[in-house]
Amino acid sequence: MSAAGAPSAPTGPPVVSNLQSLWRRVSQGDVGSLPVIAGLVLIWLVFYSLNPLFLSPRNLTNLVSQIADIGIVSVGIVLVLLLGEIDLSVGSVYGLASAVMAVLSVQYGWSAAPAIVAGLLVGTAIGTFQGFFFTRFRIPSFVVTLAGLLTWFGAQLHVMGEKGTINLDDPTIVQLAGQFFPPSVGWTLAVIAVVVLATDLFIRRRRRAAAGLPQAGLAGDLVKLGAVVAVILGATAIMASDEGVPLSLLILLGFVVGFDLITTRTKFGRHIFAVGGNAEAARRAGISVNGIRIAVFALCGTLAAAGGIMGASRLLAVNYNSGTGDTLLNAIAGAVIGGTSLFGGRGTVWSALTGALVIGSINNGLALLSAASDVKFMVTGGVLLAAVTIDAVARQGRQRAGV
Amino acid sequence: MTETGGWPGGHPPTAPSGGPPPSVTSDRQPILQLRAISKHFGAVEALSGVDFDVYPSEVVALVGDNGAGKSTLVKTIAGINIPDSGEIWFEGQHVAIHGPRDPAALGISTVYQDLALCDNLDVVANLYLGREEVEPPVLLLSEERMEQRAREVLKSLDVKIPNPRNPIAALSGGQRQSVAVARSVMWKAKVVLLDEPTAALGVQQTKQVLELILRLRNQGLGVVVISHNLANVFEVADRIVVLRLGKRVGTYERKAASEERIVAAITGAEFGKFQPQV
Ligand SMILES: Nc1ncnc2c1ncn2[C@@H]1O[C@H](COP(=O)(O)OP(=O)(O)OP(=O)(O)O)[C@@H](O)[C@H]1O
Ligand SMILES: [Mg+2]
Repeated sequence: MSAAGAPSAPTGPPVVSNLQSLWRRVSQGDVGSLPVIAGLVLIWLVFYSLNPLFLSPRNLTNLVSQIADIGIVSVGIVLVLLLGEIDLSVGSVYGLASAVMAVLSVQYGWSAAPAIVAGLLVGTAIGTFQGFFFTRFRIPSFVVTLAGLLTWFGAQLHVMGEKGTINLDDPTIVQLAGQFFPPSVGWTLAVIAVVVLATDLFIRRRRRAAAGLPQAGLAGDLVKLGAVVAVILGATAIMASDEGVPLSLLILLGFVVGFDLITTRTKFGRHIFAVGGNAEAARRAGISVNGIRIAVFALCGTLAAAGGIMGASRLLAVNYNSGTGDTLLNAIAGAVIGGTSLFGGRGTVWSALTGALVIGSINNGLALLSAASDVKFMVTGGVLLAAVTIDAVARQGRQRAGV
Repeated sequence: MTETGGWPGGHPPTAPSGGPPPSVTSDRQPILQLRAISKHFGAVEALSGVDFDVYPSEVVALVGDNGAGKSTLVKTIAGINIPDSGEIWFEGQHVAIHGPRDPAALGISTVYQDLALCDNLDVVANLYLGREEVEPPVLLLSEERMEQRAREVLKSLDVKIPNPRNPIAALSGGQRQSVAVARSVMWKAKVVLLDEPTAALGVQQTKQVLELILRLRNQGLGVVVISHNLANVFEVADRIVVLRLGKRVGTYERKAASEERIVAAITGAEFGKFQPQV
């Protein structure tokens, strides 16, 4: 590392500085989504070799609609992980919010929109409450949300009362997970997405040029764009050849893209990273650290509620078990498998999607092989351990680099 | 921040305990004045009745042994510690400092002993931490404008960073210190507080930071420097203020002071009786 006083070329030729930054990232374990994408490809190849049906359009469409609820919960988990905190209550919030929505819709006859909004607000209120306890009394978020896990599960049982199961019949609620768009709609959306991505890249390059700033290599940018476009068009083609594009996937993508924009391109998002990286530095810079924390817990609660509503819509019912079992663990495992650090300040919202895809693929693939829960839990545990190990090794790499 | 009005002459009342010693530069107005500042942490009296002045275009060195209260005094000015008692005056106005935003709004900025940078964010993001610029209609960050200005500031201060888009984690200690100093002066600061700015630096980088300090003074800023290195202090300071066990025990014009005298004040040995072993 060159010191401040050492004569070093401010900006080397692009290829050299790209190589240098790649080397720095590899040696410090800061490799982003590469490991999870490699892992996903590997998992898909293994399941495909065991049962070719795994990669059939029907099954892949199933897979993406199965992960919508966990993926949305995972977006919220990514946000709290970026702060260096954790929320263990998301499974219970998932269950309680869906129970509230179901009771209002079925027993009180509320129409879909207010029932859904009420469910979401339950999550927002719980998240705000937990964030307040965490910041005001400085109780570790781990403990506050563990208390929440128990409390909100109790509240779920209470709200559901005598009924063990509430079957949903409101057409709008059922459509959230049940609606499929025909190929024409899918292709239109895909083309819009490609145009937006290309325009964004173009505008950013032009703005950098106008500001007289050095550019990343055009070839590299185009390769990255090409890869993303290939994924979008490929996925659309696969889904278009079967039932069509599921609304639940679009909802999940909406949350992921929206929160990725918020975290990477807004002041609020920048402050989340700052608090997660060095809370004291953020405080001294005048950032309202506790305000950011409460807002993030409120968002996480809301997203857990949204996940619960999507899950209820997919199963067409809410019962005592909604949100229990592996909901919480899968949401956290997904975020970490996707590459978001447990230690705060490093990660991306996209890891909610990639992590949910990994976990969803394992569940789906093992179900296709008629494997029982024993194998499923052990495989998922192994993958999680591998992901956390990568994170911890990367952290050690950074510390060795004097960070 | 509330301004509670000024005294007729723009001067705060002198502290009951005799007040500050008459300043040699009494024809000039101090830009920052602290009066009878006290602060305790539990049983520890970190500051007791400290008076402290900073004039424009001067470097004040704050020296004292470990735990003397230097960092606590700087954090009081920076709005990190709220003093138990005492007054702060800025440009002849009595000001109340309730948090880090208040001194920033006045034009007082601080470089902390522990730098207060976010390792996970890049240099540009750290320079703009808490002051990010956004584009009006959609309020997205104006990355290009921030990067452009960041590059200009680093260049004007002769700070060499290969790529300001690298995270702080990828920088050397000297580069980090330079980023921290650059951040403190890029916001039209009138007073800059530096807590041990050269503590972790090699000879070459120390020289650069000292030159940077003199450049800030020549631009009209009041600079407060905490340092344990008396050679560095004598190189840049115009005035030297000595703290011991939370009390100000002496103020010396650099030109009229000797290292022995300062050391005696720091350790509490009476000058004349104290003979350093040679
Ligand atoms: N946040 C705090 N909580 C409790 N005690 C504190 C705190 N900050 C400072 N102190 C105490 O106040 C006294 C003064 O500390 P301060 O950090 O101001 O010393 P210093 O002069 O900067 O020392 P050094 O040269 O070691 O940096 C010390 O006894 C310290 O332990
Ligand atoms: Mg100190």
